[in-house]
Amino acid sequence: MNTKNQLYNYILEIADDSLILGQRLSEWCGHGPILEEDIALTNIALDFIGQANNLYEYAATLSENKITPDQLAFLRVDNDFKNALLVEQPNRDFAYTLARQFYFDAFRKLFFEKLIDSKDEQLSAIAEKSLKETKYHLKHSSEWIIRLGDGTEESHNRIQTAIDFLWKYTNELFEDNQAYTEILDLELGISVSALKSTWLEYVHSILTEATLTIPNSPFSQTGGRKGIHTEHLGYLLAEMQYMQRAFPNSTW
Amino acid sequence: MVTTKNIWESLEKVSDPEIPVLSIVDLGIVRNVEIDKELCTVTITPTYSGCPAMHTIEQEILTTLSPIIKTEVKSTLSPAWTTDWMSENGKKKLREYGIAPPENEVDKSVLFAKPTVVPCPKCNSQDTKMISQFGSTACKAHYQCNQCLEPFDYFKCLR
Repeated sequence: MNTKNQLYNYILEIADDSLILGQRLSEWCGHGPILEEDIALTNIALDFIGQANNLYEYAATLSENKITPDQLAFLRVDNDFKNALLVEQPNRDFAYTLARQFYFDAFRKLFFEKLIDSKDEQLSAIAEKSLKETKYHLKHSSEWIIRLGDGTEESHNRIQTAIDFLWKYTNELFEDNQAYTEILDLELGISVSALKSTWLEYVHSILTEATLTIPNSPFSQTGGRKGIHTEHLGYLLAEMQYMQRAFPNSTW
Repeated sequence: MVTTKNIWESLEKVSDPEIPVLSIVDLGIVRNVEIDKELCTVTITPTYSGCPAMHTIEQEILTTLSPIIKTEVKSTLSPAWTTDWMSENGKKKLREYGIAPPENEVDKSVLFAKPTVVPCPKCNSQDTKMISQFGSTACKAHYQCNQCLEPFDYFKCLR
């Protein structure tokens, strides 16, 4: 793979994380436990979809084939998606949704803070823009982890279950992909493995404050970056891509 | 002969579709106006990545300027927009419209920080409460005044 090709795939990976998590969060529209949370989750969903759009637009300019951002989002099949397994996990309940969000936001903040230094101007600009939003997201999810963990017995148990269950999907976020060696060498992208210790430190501090037990299972489930997904992604795509599949090239 | 000054004046008439009282110049999203021979290039930047108003704003700029000069609209992300780009005049207009303009806020990394004191745009009381950090659009939070009980939008500080 040449550098341009590597960069294209690298950007798709970041974009897919944003799009799939944005789609998941948008499923809460009209179902939030309280109106304010309904609005919050969909606002955050919008930020993610906006980030994905910026990234797909940029990726499209690097593609050798004539491809549009919409085609990248709506016409690829599940094995073409490179998102981490964590973001495709179903919403289940409010606790699972917030646990997933907390793990991811904590990663994303560190990720964008570093990506700002990318030697690629556009990637750096997208990181700078997205970071401002991500700080709001992390504040929101961290506060909820503490509120639920340090809340009632019921809320404590449910957030603990979610935190434990999703733990196995977190390590994938910190796996450096061998396919992007050139991107890292040229300082266009960043090493995610270097972010892990800071991430752990933050996650520990919040879970401790939330009176939750820190998961320590070494088992980790990976594959998303290579296009090997859990069964949940297919269903998500079926819903998200339905319109373009049923009515090809339709526009609003 | 159309000058960039004429273009800036015309852009004052283009409003943000979600906050019609504010022009895009007040909002600070017009980054640059350039005229090269017969072509005018207007560069804008989004407030939030997912701002759904960007397409409409682009169309409005083209509609407003096309009778005067051939125009293209470009979008840039850097330097990222912050609420500091909003003009003082813009903040005044927001308040008069019933939306509290952005205040200086504490660092976002502080959890459970006391919400920023946002004076009520109706009765000016400092005794208000935050209902939700996320409001009717990505750029606003939801507040309520404890004195006159008016619920209102707060254009939250983004930095």
